[in-house]
Amino acid sequence: MAAPTSTPVDLSTAMILAPPALGDWLVILPVALMIATGGLLMMIRKSVRLHAVIGLSALALLIVLDAALLWRVWQNGPITMTMGRWLPPFGISFTADIFGASMALASAIVALLASIFALKDISTTGLRHGFVAFLMLMMAGVSGAFLTGDIFNLYVWFEVLLISSFGLLILGSEPRQIEGALKYAILNLIATTLFLISVGYLYAIFGTLNMADIARKEAAIREGAPLVTLTALFVLAFGMKAAAFPVNFWLPASYHTPRITVSALFGGLLTKVGIYALIKVTVMLFPVEREAISLAIAVSAVLTMILGALGALAQNDLRRMIGYVVIVGIGNMLAGVAVGTPVAVGGAILYALHSIVAMTALYLMAGEVFRLSGSWQLSTLGGLWARSPWFAGVSFALMLAASGLPPLSGLWPKVVLLKASLDIGAWWLATAILVSAFIVTIALARVFLLAYWRPAITDDPMTGDPMASAGAVAAADWRTAAPLCLLTALVLFFGLFPEPLLQASQMAADGLADPRAYIRSVFPEAATP
Amino acid sequence: MNTLILRTVAPLITALMLLFSVFVLLRGHNEPGGGFIGGLIAASALAIFGVAYGPGAVQRAIRFHPMAIAGAGLFLSTISGFASIFAGVPFMSGLWIYPNVFGVELPLSTVMSFDIGVYLVVVGAITAIALSLETEPDDEDETEGGR
Repeated sequence: MAAPTSTPVDLSTAMILAPPALGDWLVILPVALMIATGGLLMMIRKSVRLHAVIGLSALALLIVLDAALLWRVWQNGPITMTMGRWLPPFGISFTADIFGASMALASAIVALLASIFALKDISTTGLRHGFVAFLMLMMAGVSGAFLTGDIFNLYVWFEVLLISSFGLLILGSEPRQIEGALKYAILNLIATTLFLISVGYLYAIFGTLNMADIARKEAAIREGAPLVTLTALFVLAFGMKAAAFPVNFWLPASYHTPRITVSALFGGLLTKVGIYALIKVTVMLFPVEREAISLAIAVSAVLTMILGALGALAQNDLRRMIGYVVIVGIGNMLAGVAVGTPVAVGGAILYALHSIVAMTALYLMAGEVFRLSGSWQLSTLGGLWARSPWFAGVSFALMLAASGLPPLSGLWPKVVLLKASLDIGAWWLATAILVSAFIVTIALARVFLLAYWRPAITDDPMTGDPMASAGAVAAADWRTAAPLCLLTALVLFFGLFPEPLLQASQMAADGLADPRAYIRSVFPEAATP
Repeated sequence: MNTLILRTVAPLITALMLLFSVFVLLRGHNEPGGGFIGGLIAASALAIFGVAYGPGAVQRAIRFHPMAIAGAGLFLSTISGFASIFAGVPFMSGLWIYPNVFGVELPLSTVMSFDIGVYLVVVGAITAIALSLETEPDDEDETEGGR
């Protein structure tokens, strides 16, 4: 026992003695807030009425914290807090750079808006089964993955968000959901295990798990170690998480089964966590090895894009179609990773930020379509334009955003990625980006044509249309309208004024290409070039 | 399970194991033991009680729903990390106080409260799983374990 009478020891060799700045607490607060709220909600699991209030206020606070964090990182460069005073790399560091902080902020905004939608979408039974608690823990996992500076800790956050996502996925316990959850669970557990094996391998090579420590030791170790194998393993594990071809078949098999709010959160956040980890590991830690396997990544990117786009074109179920649109986005981000220049990585980061907002909005749009007309199937939908003109306008904007047409925010990442791939002469990659965007445009135009412009299908003219019963609940509701409009406003704003986002993503990419500031924030005294 | 022998000894075993789990929890700071293993011992104690008397009896005995216990543990562990904000040290740093209780110096720390939180999480989560496994499908609504 550490008694107060023990002989004095020199703590400075093992511990951080300088007190941390109060602002550094922002690195850990988002995660701690979400975990504490999750625990609190589990304690009061019977008082369902309080869940929504507590959950929404916690998410609003999360946005404030993440915004403050981004502001601080923007002003001062990456900031670090190492848990338990132990010196890094022995203590677990949380390190926020612009990349992580901006992703965390985007996911917090999306989570709050999706929860407002959930007020309408999730029943009291869903709340009693712990929807809000699971959501809090999933956000803890997402924020933790974006903010941690330790690769094993990254694995832990992957597990946290994976396990809470299982809970969200089977909310309601329908047989269809259990089937989807089974595919999702098994394939994701394989990916996480692969990730764990890669981390073990990395530890055997480097003897450290701190990302800044790996980044500064990498150049010295490169000659004698099988780093290309290691990088390929990481790419496979994260590619599976991010739904890259050929290991993406779990996404269309499971994302259409849960409640639409849950689909929206998954489509917006979870695959992007995989892409985040992929970019962080390949671009920041193993840039030379990434170059060695960049052709494989590029081929996977092209196939992900093209096959995803064709899949979107072939679907009849609205939710499955959006699942494929998510996959097309992943292909675009992979193209940025494959090219690997700072401009291309900036494009991938910009695409990830856009995709977090746009994909969530697209799923919520599908939810609103279902609420208005009672169907997910394109073959039976119709007449939405006449039913709700404002919603048709919002949907049209979102579809433009998802297919990458001006003036919405989907345009800019595609422009940056195209320029970057043409700069290195990868014309076929640029062609794939354009062709896939074209096919997605056709697929979404088909949705608009069938579900919005086509007059409502009536089974029997005598009894009126089959949606008469659905018409009773079709009145506009602020709980579904507000999140949709706000997300669309966000997409429109950054489509018209992309400068701050372009600058942020470029700064994030520069920080990854040259991680000296990142390393210095963890090891202030010894920053090796 | 309806055997007289088990029903007779189960309360005794359960009480002993719960006591032992607290002992393991508290010695865990410097010796083998700790919140996780202590929690597992306590959860097995409750599981034995459940095998003998049914999940309903366990639920009544522990008063709170197992998931609420796990939530309380998670909350306590997180809060323990925040004590260090007042001491000007990073998150989750171990902080000690040595109050004198009846002439005995009692070392208390945030490490310990964190470990008690871990103990509660493990007890709650494993008990919830055990209870839902012991629950017959037709009286699931009564205990609602494991959700």
